[in-house]
Amino acid sequence: MNFDVRKIVITLDRSNHEFGPPKSEPLITGGICGVVNNPFAGQYVEALEPAMKKLEPLGLQLADDLLEAMNCEPKDIEAYGKGCIIGANGELEHGALWHSPGGYGMRQVLGDTKAIVPSTKKVGSVGATIDIPLAHTNAAYVRSHFHTLPLQVPDAPRANELVFCLAMTTGSRIHARMGGLQSSEIVGEDGLR
Amino acid sequence: MKAKIRKVLVTVEDTCREMNRSIDPVTRKAAAFAVIENPCAGQFIEDLEILMEIGAELGDFLGQRAVNALGVEPHEIESFGKAAIVGADGELEHAAAIMHPRLGKPLRAAVQKGAALIPSSKKMGGPGTSIDIPLGHKDAAHVRSHFDAMEVRLNDAPRNSEILVAIALTDSGRPLPRVGGLTKEDVIGKDGLR
Repeated sequence: MNFDVRKIVITLDRSNHEFGPPKSEPLITGGICGVVNNPFAGQYVEALEPAMKKLEPLGLQLADDLLEAMNCEPKDIEAYGKGCIIGANGELEHGALWHSPGGYGMRQVLGDTKAIVPSTKKVGSVGATIDIPLAHTNAAYVRSHFHTLPLQVPDAPRANELVFCLAMTTGSRIHARMGGLQSSEIVGEDGLR
Repeated sequence: MKAKIRKVLVTVEDTCREMNRSIDPVTRKAAAFAVIENPCAGQFIEDLEILMEIGAELGDFLGQRAVNALGVEPHEIESFGKAAIVGADGELEHAAAIMHPRLGKPLRAAVQKGAALIPSSKKMGGPGTSIDIPLGHKDAAHVRSHFDAMEVRLNDAPRNSEILVAIALTDSGRPLPRVGGLTKEDVIGKDGLR
């Protein structure tokens, strides 16, 4: 059982404003998609859990590559998310394999982040878009950092492939003004507040 | 109602078989979404109070619709999520104003309890744009079998001055969960995480 990387696609978004007051520094949001073969495609395989360990190096590599592409230090990253698109010969559960290694990779690279990594998954065709939810890395309730990055690989996933995705951003939504827990008020112990 | 609703749509997805296996009981998801006029479209408005009020209304309205569509008791709902697509004359923060401050409380009332954060997504889009509504267990975010998503779209919305607001509920997790982690039987349900 192996996951071979066919391609890696990186999306970078540098935003200055959304028709309100411009930010002093652009908000950088980055996403990375690793396209791999699905070793479980086309059949029902009961034992999936061992594959999570196998995917840890990919989680680490994608997190590393993304941070480098964003030209950021670990301390610059304030929110994160992950997701998976499963090609047509796979099942939703194959996307669930990413839960542990995707989070592992980002935690290894970003340090000991406290908050759960929000996620989405779906079965999709070549060129399908997936919306990756983003939330604060240390306190899930920080309202200004709920965000989303749509990702897409124009020629994947083929039917026997998986697209594993990670996303990171350097700050709040551009014109965040919805109150709630502020990033300056984070206690940072339970991952929530 | 403050919300000027043009359309309401409810979709229910039953998964009866997967990978040539019977799913028993059938796993079920429902999404309810409303297309509303965006009262803040076309200009930068600092105070988004009106959208927060609309969010509170829709949390109840859409929550009830989705529970009814699944035909279960409110306490039988197991996971939830929310999302919004803002038409081109709006800004992303309009989606945040609808979803984050006040939509959660009435939605939690509609599904009884709901100690966990309601996972969410938001984006700009036009007619036919799809959005993935993230799903997580309503009382314990770490339940691994219930991480999922539901993709929804409507061919004629959102127009430029509209917002599509969606919620999704399930009475079950993924069809064939087997990647370990916290199970729903082991939920304590106090801190929203475990």
